[in-house]
Amino acid sequence: MALTKRMTGTLIGGAIILGVFAYLIWGGIGANLVYFLTPSELLAKGASAYGSSLRLGGMVEAGSVRWEADKRELRFRLKDEDRTVEVMSSGAPPQMFTEGIGAVVEGVWTPEGVFKSHNLMVKHSNEYRAPRSGDQQPAEYYRQLFKQQQGQ
Amino acid sequence: MTGPVGHLATLLALLLACVGAVAAFRGGRAGGERFLTAGRRAAFALAGFVAFAFLTMEYALVTHNFSVEYVAQVGSRETPLFYTIISLWSALEGSILLWALILAIYTAVVAWSIGRSTEPVPTDIAYSLGTLFLVNVFFLILISFPANPFNTLSPVPANGPGPNALLQNHAFMGVHPPLLYIGYVGMAVPFSFAFGALLAGRLDADWPRRIRRWALVPWGFLSLGVVAGAWWSYEVLGWGGYWAWDPVENASFMPWLTATAFLHSVMVQERRGMLKMWTLTLIISTFLLTLLGTFLTRSGVLASVHAFSEGVIGPFFLTFLGLVLLASLALLAWRGEAFRSTGRLDSAVSRETAFLINNLLFVAFAFIVLLGTMFPLIAEAVRGVKVSVGAPYFNQMSIPVGLLLIFLVGVGPALPWRKGTPDALGRKLRWPTVAAAVAGVLLFAFGIRAPLAWLTFTLAVFALGLLVGEFLEPARARQRARGESLVRALVGVCVSNRRRYGGYVVHFGVLLIAVGIAASGTFRREGEWTIRKGQVQVFGDYALQFDSLWAVAEPQRDGVIAAMTAFHRGKSLGPYYPRLNYYRVTREPIATPAVREGAKEDLYLVLMAYAEDGAHATVKAIVSPLVGWIWIGGIVMGLGVIFGLWPRRRGGEAADAAPTPGAFAGREAVVGAGGGA
Repeated sequence: MALTKRMTGTLIGGAIILGVFAYLIWGGIGANLVYFLTPSELLAKGASAYGSSLRLGGMVEAGSVRWEADKRELRFRLKDEDRTVEVMSSGAPPQMFTEGIGAVVEGVWTPEGVFKSHNLMVKHSNEYRAPRSGDQQPAEYYRQLFKQQQGQ
Repeated sequence: MTGPVGHLATLLALLLACVGAVAAFRGGRAGGERFLTAGRRAAFALAGFVAFAFLTMEYALVTHNFSVEYVAQVGSRETPLFYTIISLWSALEGSILLWALILAIYTAVVAWSIGRSTEPVPTDIAYSLGTLFLVNVFFLILISFPANPFNTLSPVPANGPGPNALLQNHAFMGVHPPLLYIGYVGMAVPFSFAFGALLAGRLDADWPRRIRRWALVPWGFLSLGVVAGAWWSYEVLGWGGYWAWDPVENASFMPWLTATAFLHSVMVQERRGMLKMWTLTLIISTFLLTLLGTFLTRSGVLASVHAFSEGVIGPFFLTFLGLVLLASLALLAWRGEAFRSTGRLDSAVSRETAFLINNLLFVAFAFIVLLGTMFPLIAEAVRGVKVSVGAPYFNQMSIPVGLLLIFLVGVGPALPWRKGTPDALGRKLRWPTVAAAVAGVLLFAFGIRAPLAWLTFTLAVFALGLLVGEFLEPARARQRARGESLVRALVGVCVSNRRRYGGYVVHFGVLLIAVGIAASGTFRREGEWTIRKGQVQVFGDYALQFDSLWAVAEPQRDGVIAAMTAFHRGKSLGPYYPRLNYYRVTREPIATPAVREGAKEDLYLVLMAYAEDGAHATVKAIVSPLVGWIWIGGIVMGLGVIFGLWPRRRGGEAADAAPTPGAFAGREAVVGAGGGA
């Protein structure tokens, strides 16, 4: 089948549009990738990870949480089996944020060795599990609030 | 007993679906009337058995029959009745049961509409019914074996954990999934009409109207389902947004995009005999995307590429997806010659061109979302890294496409079919252009200068201007010709061409949504403070006073409630009660925001944290301008679909549409008559 001039034009035009579109999508995805790393993986990347948008997941290290109310800054360390990373998060901690809990922070890794987070998420577990001994039960946080209500 | 009874019903339904498929395909061949009748009856019985299985599961849930594994998984004695009823679709097996029920009902309705015909049923319609039965077979195998919700447990647990906490936190969960599923599953019907036509190699003149009508119903529900999902997300998730480009949201949005492209291209096919293969490809893609979406959200593949192979559902879905894809591609290649376009593009300035560009944009949009959604899976499978594609990618890519689409809403209807003249176009676009220019200057003068918002509003005014003209111009002509009042003439014009004006109402809803998205996205303000009891925090025009904090115990959850008084410019707006809920299923609390909804803006309050003695609370407040327009726009879209599909009264207005003898074709003719949209 011989290509008519019209069909050739359409094909070339289509190929150009597709090419530009593919280029835009590829660039768009590439520029907005957010890598999900553990503290060990982040530290292994070293300086190459500075500045790019990341998600860091780990456990909140015991004894590391400091809340500076006047600056509205929350500082803590996230750890995995081997390494820990200093995190600075803006805004008040969510209600269930405690030491030893799993957390994911979104933000950037800075040359000062601090991960600056704009979004702090406590790891959600949708699966029900029996509470382990030593787990602080949610009810312990608001037991007093029940009492107050009764007292009023 | 309940478990085995339900399982038996699904097995019988599966048998009927197989029988129905054979009968319908045989019924499409010469002398197959008896078989077709048998196939139709099988469809009714199929719907009956699936409905029975569905009700059996509801019964098991409501009676807390924990011997049924699914009930033990999602039920609990403490869950309120309403949430117990809707917990049927709160996990995998139950939601596939809901899927099967909706599919079976659609199949029965298709069978019923075939039966109304007094003429021999065309081969392609019989084959379509057969195809629909085959889709039923797939889902019934799924709930009969790998995802059987009626598995029994022994020993029987005394109680269960209750449904996923997020899903029992708002009554919207009773509305959003069924709406979405009616839309999602319904795409199987136009797909089977396309597939049947490809099998039969026959595409009669009535096919576009028929398939358009069958696609419009699920499309309307899908639109409502997507908007309801956004609304749910806004009311429940407590981040003040409504759309996060989450894979679950994308899964519902991608088929909507291709189905929307289809609804436009099928009009070109109807009017001009062009784009036949393209239209078929679009509706087949829509169905494939619904399967892909269900696979993505239900197989666990999103949590990890490696998770899905552990379950049975994932490979099962992937196989079915592959089969449908291969069969469709083979049929499209085989029938390509038979479905050549009979018309051709006459001019670059024509309605056809506008629809063509519309289609390219919608398909590009679907690709953008598809690639962004699939990229993390591909990256994990190929390179072994865990990545996510950030929302900025989706926003950057989709905003230009969206703006071009709004522009097309304003230009497309002004273009005539075949060939437009610059004069006629200029006349139609004159006033909308003036209105947009005035609006643009005024917006700028009043300080609305953020480029994207300004552009969206101005384009929306332009498109609105054209829509108004499309209503007013014929109404004025009719007013002059018949001496009616303007309102009466307007109603007369709309009713005489429901399909066209229904479409315009849908466009109006889309404009409301676009404005809502641009305004709430651009001018959103938020703040977060720890407020001491009795203290007031100023937030722009607003002031928030933290009055008190207490806890309540409810059967299925505990709640910590903050009482806040909101003020706007010194005037009290009354008390608001943002709360945190503690469910037994999860240790983390789920916030229920308190929202003051307004036409101009919403004030959205979330309780973030509190002192254990109630001395202070941390509250986040978000002001989102015009966010409510999005939900209203969704409702307007739904109304537009209903208006467009509403059957004409017999006689009267329908007089100009002579019903054709076949009821099946006739019904379509009544609806589609005079369709010029």
